[in-house]
Amino acid sequence: MRLLTFSGRTAKEILRDPLNLGFGLGFPLILIFLLSAIQANVPVSLFEIESLTPGITVFGLSFMTLFAATLIAKDRESALLQRLYTTPLTALDFIFGYVLPILPIVVAQSVICYVVAILLGLPVTVTIVYAVLFIIPISLFFIALGLLCGSVFGVKQVGGICGALLTNLTAWLSGVWFDLNLVGGAFKKIANALPFVHAVELERAVLKGNYADIFPHIYWVLGYTIVAVIVAVLLFLRQMKRQ
Amino acid sequence: MEAIKTIGLMKKYKDLTAVDSLDLVVEQGELFSLLGVNGAGKTTTIKMLSCLTKPSSGDAKLLGNSIVQDTAQVKNIIGVSPQETAVAPNLTVKENLELMCGVHGFSKEKRKVKTTELSEQFDLNQILNKKAGKLSGGWQRRLSIAMALISEPKILFLDEPTLGLDVLARSDLWDTIRSLKGKITIILTTHYMEEAEALSDRIGIMRDGKLLALGTAHELKEKAGTDKFEDAFVAIVKGALR
Repeated sequence: MRLLTFSGRTAKEILRDPLNLGFGLGFPLILIFLLSAIQANVPVSLFEIESLTPGITVFGLSFMTLFAATLIAKDRESALLQRLYTTPLTALDFIFGYVLPILPIVVAQSVICYVVAILLGLPVTVTIVYAVLFIIPISLFFIALGLLCGSVFGVKQVGGICGALLTNLTAWLSGVWFDLNLVGGAFKKIANALPFVHAVELERAVLKGNYADIFPHIYWVLGYTIVAVIVAVLLFLRQMKRQ
Repeated sequence: MEAIKTIGLMKKYKDLTAVDSLDLVVEQGELFSLLGVNGAGKTTTIKMLSCLTKPSSGDAKLLGNSIVQDTAQVKNIIGVSPQETAVAPNLTVKENLELMCGVHGFSKEKRKVKTTELSEQFDLNQILNKKAGKLSGGWQRRLSIAMALISEPKILFLDEPTLGLDVLARSDLWDTIRSLKGKITIILTTHYMEEAEALSDRIGIMRDGKLLALGTAHELKEKAGTDKFEDAFVAIVKGALR
C-alpha cells in the first residue's frame, strides 16, 4: 500500500514533466526516422531497421537514468525525502518506489520504438515481443545508475553527468551509430569492457532470433547490472543515513 | 504529561559538537520554540527527535518512545515540516495530501476524510487542483504544514516555518500555527525573535549546541533585565560568550 502510493507519485512526477516525455519518447523516435532516412539514401547495414531499432531502444534507456537521477536529486534538495524519511516508509519502499514505476515507462518506450520500426518496414515477428521483454533486465542497469547518481549528485550535476555524459557514452560506445571495428584499438577495447555495446548486441540477437548469440553479452549486462544495483542501493542507504 | 524528554542528547560531527548534552522536557499540548542564531543546533535537535539523525550519545523519549530504540513507533506519532518546502512539485495540492495519507497506510475512506478536513482547515480548497510547484512560497509552506498534520501526529515539528516569507504570508502562517496550539505538541525552530515571542508557551535559547536559557518570553526578559525580547535574547547569547 505504502509502496504503491510512493510508486504512483514517482510515475506522476516523471510523466508530468514535458521534457521527460520529449526526450524519453520523442528523441529515440526522431533518431529512428533520421537514420532510416539516411539508410534509404545511402544504404549502411548498421542502419538497417533490424539493426537500428534494438540499438535505439537501448540508447533510449539512458534517459531512464536521467529521469531517476533527476527525480531523486530533486527530492533530496527539496527536502521531500527528508519529510518522507520521518514517515513509516522503509528503505525498501523508497528503492522499489523509485525503480518499479520506471519499468512500465521502459516497456512503453520500447514498444513505441518497435511500432514505429514496423511502420518503417521491420517485419512483424514474435521476436519483437522477446526483444521488449529482454529490455527490462537491461533497463535495471540504467535505472540503478540513476539511483546511484541521484543519491550522490545534485540536480545540476545530474543534468551534466546523466544528461550529457551518459547519453553520449551510451551513443558512442554502443556500436549503434558506427561500427566499433572502424575505430578499433583502445576505443574498441573500452567499448567492449563496458555494458552498452553488449546490451545492443544482446537485443539484436534476440530480435533476429539468434539466441545462441546472446552469449557472452548477457553475462556482461547481468554482471554490470548486479554491481550497479548493489552500489546504488548502498549509496542510497548512505544518503538516507546522512539525513 | 511529558510529550518530549531529552536525556543528555548529543550530536557530534567529527570535531564539531552540534548539540551538546541537551536535557529538556516539553509538556503535551505545549508550543515550544527553539531559538538561536544559525548553527545553534536547532535543526540538528529536530532531526534527532524526528529520527532523521541518530544521536552520538544520549536519548530522547517521545511520549515514552525512544528515538534510538523505538524509531518505528516514534515515526507514527510525529509530523515534520522541514525547513525547505518539501512538497512534490508535479503533484497537485490534493495529490500531495493523498500521498501523505498513503505513506501512512490510510484506507481510501480515511484518505478522503483527512484530505477534506485538512483542505478546509488550511483553506486549500481554492488551490486543491493546482500543482504544488506552481504555488507561492506562502501557500507551499501552508501545504507543507498540512502534509505534516495529515497523519494526526501527537507531536509536530516545524523547522523555520516562515523562513523567506513576506509579512502577510508570515502573518497568515502564524494564525495557522496559533489555531493548532493546545491541540498537539508543537516544536518550532526559528531565528525570528518576534515569532518565538508571539507564538510560544515556552522558549529555549540555543547557542553552539547548548541550551542557554529556558522559560516563557516574559521570564526570559526578566532574567535578562530587558523590556524587549530581542534585547533579552542578545543579552543571554552574548552573556554566554563572556
